[in-house]
Amino acid sequence: MTKKQKKILTRIIIAAVLLVAFHFIPWGDYWYFELIVYAVPYLVIGYDILIGAFKNILRGQVFDEKFLMVIATIGAFVIGEYPEASAVMLFYQVGELFQAIAVGRSRKSISDLMDICPDFAVVIRDGSEEEVDPSEVELGEIVIVKPGEKIPIDGVIVEGTTSINSAALTGESLPYDKTVGEDVFSGSINLTSVIKVKTTSVYEDSTVAKILELVENSTDNKASSEQFITKFARYYTPAVVFSAIGIVAVCLLLTVFGVYDFGIRNSIYRGLVFLVVSCPCALVVSVPLSFFGGIGGASRQGILVKGSNYLETLAKIDTVVLDKTGTITKGSFAVEDIHPNVLNKDELLEIAALVESNSTHPVAESIIKAYKGDIDKSSLQSVEEIAGKGIKAVVDGKTYYVGNGKLMEEISADYHECHIPGTIIHISLDDQYLGHIVINDEVKPDSKDAIRALKKVGVKKVVMLSGDNKAVAQKVANDVGLDECHAELLPSMKVDELDKFLGPDHKVAFVGDGINDAPVLIKADIGIAMGALGSDAAIEASDIVLMDDKLSKISVAIAVARKTMRIVKQNIILSIAVKVAIMILGAIGLVGMRVAIFGDVGILVIAIINAVRTMRIPSQK
Amino acid sequence: MKKTFKLEDLDCANCAAKMEAAIAKLPGVNKVTVNFMAQKMILDAEDDVFDSVLKAACDEIKKVEPDCTVIIK
Repeated sequence: MTKKQKKILTRIIIAAVLLVAFHFIPWGDYWYFELIVYAVPYLVIGYDILIGAFKNILRGQVFDEKFLMVIATIGAFVIGEYPEASAVMLFYQVGELFQAIAVGRSRKSISDLMDICPDFAVVIRDGSEEEVDPSEVELGEIVIVKPGEKIPIDGVIVEGTTSINSAALTGESLPYDKTVGEDVFSGSINLTSVIKVKTTSVYEDSTVAKILELVENSTDNKASSEQFITKFARYYTPAVVFSAIGIVAVCLLLTVFGVYDFGIRNSIYRGLVFLVVSCPCALVVSVPLSFFGGIGGASRQGILVKGSNYLETLAKIDTVVLDKTGTITKGSFAVEDIHPNVLNKDELLEIAALVESNSTHPVAESIIKAYKGDIDKSSLQSVEEIAGKGIKAVVDGKTYYVGNGKLMEEISADYHECHIPGTIIHISLDDQYLGHIVINDEVKPDSKDAIRALKKVGVKKVVMLSGDNKAVAQKVANDVGLDECHAELLPSMKVDELDKFLGPDHKVAFVGDGINDAPVLIKADIGIAMGALGSDAAIEASDIVLMDDKLSKISVAIAVARKTMRIVKQNIILSIAVKVAIMILGAIGLVGMRVAIFGDVGILVIAIINAVRTMRIPSQK
Repeated sequence: MKKTFKLEDLDCANCAAKMEAAIAKLPGVNKVTVNFMAQKMILDAEDDVFDSVLKAACDEIKKVEPDCTVIIK
């Protein structure tokens, strides 16, 4: 508790003790004495509210909850309900205190979850070690990271071999080994031995700074239920105040015209009950708190949600469209076989490797990896990429085509398909067919379970899009249990294909690696990029970012979203229902001020406790 | 220009909503978010009047919650 909160707690205790004690005093006819005595706890507990209300009214803030609370309690004093007035003020303060503590706690536990921010960096300058703030480290400097310390800035290891734990970034607690020449990300923890890291970015551009910025700004994209609450709050208080005036007026009129004798005191009292529940606090606090908790809990699992609005949409997802390569499969291709028509295997591989030498496509990388010799790029005269088909390159005056069957058809080379299912890369010299290379990609071990989990959380349709040929795509689709599979799609066709699933009555999520499918990520209702650790493009293009490449995180994200929305709905309905019930019962005279404030504070406490539940990740069993 | 400011002693969520509504009405403000959970204000205002807008925004904040202070670095 902060100092401020402790002070209020002390006042609450004093006032409560006084109120209980006064309760046992037989006041009899000494009402003026009772008034003065009850004013003591009232002032002890409410003096700051009185001052605040007075200041606010000078500024013209009529519908301020402090002001309304003061009207309600002073009104109670005027009509002789002294204990009532003090009790209302006491409960109001208890509610405020509880709210401050609960919100402060959850804010802290969420920032603890995101405790990835490095506090310092040890940098080597002029041959000696110097401890500086991470933001002062320049690009290309050497940083020393000891075991147990956080890596302060993204970089590449130049000395040492160690185990790294990046649980804070990805949610994956299993450490992995890193050695010289490999990239390490800021925010992960060095476990076993000292390493020297050459920085490849400055702190502002490093992974940890990006993630923190993303999480901190996520609550700025408000969900429609949050906007509803803001709007509701704006009209709620005035509406309640006018209803209070209305109820008093009706009761007085009925009394004056002799229809029913409410009495002046009783009429005013019924209006005061309304004023007691005039603050929309329970709603205004609990709804953003729920989203904050949901987003915070998800980020602990390595799932970064860029805004409450995305969490809201994610909860409604009924169709998930997945990219194949790098999403369902590992995306690490390997050359399985080489079938030359005219040359020998090594010669064919050499041509393919040379032509693909500038490409970063995973297929190209696998060919380059399979060709162990050095690639002499000087003979490469021109390279032209033919989207979705392959590459055309001129080497020593000769034009080679390396790509899929479509490319071979386009140049009318006499090619033939392979008997092995897989990605087949055909090679031709002009239209003379040289042979093909068979490349295959492994399905990730958790893909099948992940698809089953998606169905379990209520996703109706899981679809795969792939640029690969039908045989390969269908095999993968069958292996992991997908509903539909659309193959042989050019990158531009993937957007059109996704478009077919989009509709006003259902929501579609697209999951990709964020490298080649940015347009599709943007087009989908929710774009989810996975394996985003270290990929700025993926973080930029998507609405939800999975730091690692586990497909199973998607069902976790949907489960978190559904749970959050369920809690938000519960809180909205419960809070409004309780307030309306209090008002109705108050209007017909069944509920007094004390019960009203007790109900109002009670519902605030329940709503906050309910909201905090969103931080816990629903289990997947 | 868009800048983020930390808010100290922002104690009530409804107040944050009121501040946001009041600051949004100030001339020169493009967009403002008063984030109760993060205790932050993100103010996006015209460059040439940013300082005066910020001052007016601070006044609005004080008006709604006198205890609340904007940390200006």
